[in-house]
Amino acid sequence: MHLTSLQTIGIIVAVALGTMITRFLPFLLFPEHKKIPEYIEFLGKALPTAMMGLLVVYCLKGVNIIKGSHGLPELLAIGVILILHRLKNNVLLSIGGGTIVYMLLVQLVF
Amino acid sequence: MKKALKEAFPHTIPILTGFLFLGMAYGVLMKTKGYGPVWSVLMSAVAFCGSMQFVAIALLTTVFQPLQAFLLSIMVNARHIFYGISMLSKYRGLGKMRYFLIYVLCDETFSITYGVEPPEGVERRYFYFAISLLNYLYWVFGTLIGGIAGNFITFNTEGLDFVLTALFVVLFLEQWKKKENRVMGVVGIMCSILSLLIFGADQMVIPAMILIVLCLSGGRKKLCI
Repeated sequence: MHLTSLQTIGIIVAVALGTMITRFLPFLLFPEHKKIPEYIEFLGKALPTAMMGLLVVYCLKGVNIIKGSHGLPELLAIGVILILHRLKNNVLLSIGGGTIVYMLLVQLVF
Repeated sequence: MKKALKEAFPHTIPILTGFLFLGMAYGVLMKTKGYGPVWSVLMSAVAFCGSMQFVAIALLTTVFQPLQAFLLSIMVNARHIFYGISMLSKYRGLGKMRYFLIYVLCDETFSITYGVEPPEGVERRYFYFAISLLNYLYWVFGTLIGGIAGNFITFNTEGLDFVLTALFVVLFLEQWKKKENRVMGVVGIMCSILSLLIFGADQMVIPAMILIVLCLSGGRKKLCI
């Protein structure tokens, strides 16, 4: 441990406070008893799909197309997910199948 | 409540896998830096913020800088603001329970509570609560195992963390099924890639969020939702 116990607790509290501001802010700004402004309501409907797109890209941000495996394991595994999901339409199967293919690829092939 | 847990559990299985694995990795990593399970579990239970906890390891191994920790976690976690905006109407009228739901609103919980409709016969708030609680416990429990026994894992887990990427891909596809969502999906992906190319992997999230809001607001009249 680099820090003392008290300092460690200080860092934990600081990280928690920062995180909780980001989580509670919208709910504090637009409390239950107030009507949600139209524009915010629009964002509430438009943002989720866009944010899931962001999360996908965010998860893949470390992939290097130029070096190493050129992002091929990721590309192939996502391909498998797309096909599985199209054919079977089963969330767990698609996630499990894609993950297993990815693990096999990075452990055995690349 | 029991029924809600039973109905919610299958939806959380990918997160069980991902969180146990990553939580354990976190517990092990903290241990190698001299912070035993008490500290890693405390961080996971109180701050519960995944990637930021990994970032915070750097803050625990240098001089004491609480203000920097505070500001950094706002920036790293800024995306939560958008989850909150998306959940404003779904999390209305849930009583005191909503404080817990908001406290633990992470990427994975957001994607499921937003994407999955509560099944019939299960009260909405219990369903959300069950998903949020399970995901929270997976992360804390994973951290605990990692902190105590992380070094005993022998099977090759390389690539297991892809389960969360797969989860987001599939939940994205589920949104894609609704035709009116597709434009938003494309906007999200394109803005994120653009931001990744311009600002790099470590700085991409906030610029991507700004770009997304600008694009969506610009096309508001055409989106007709």
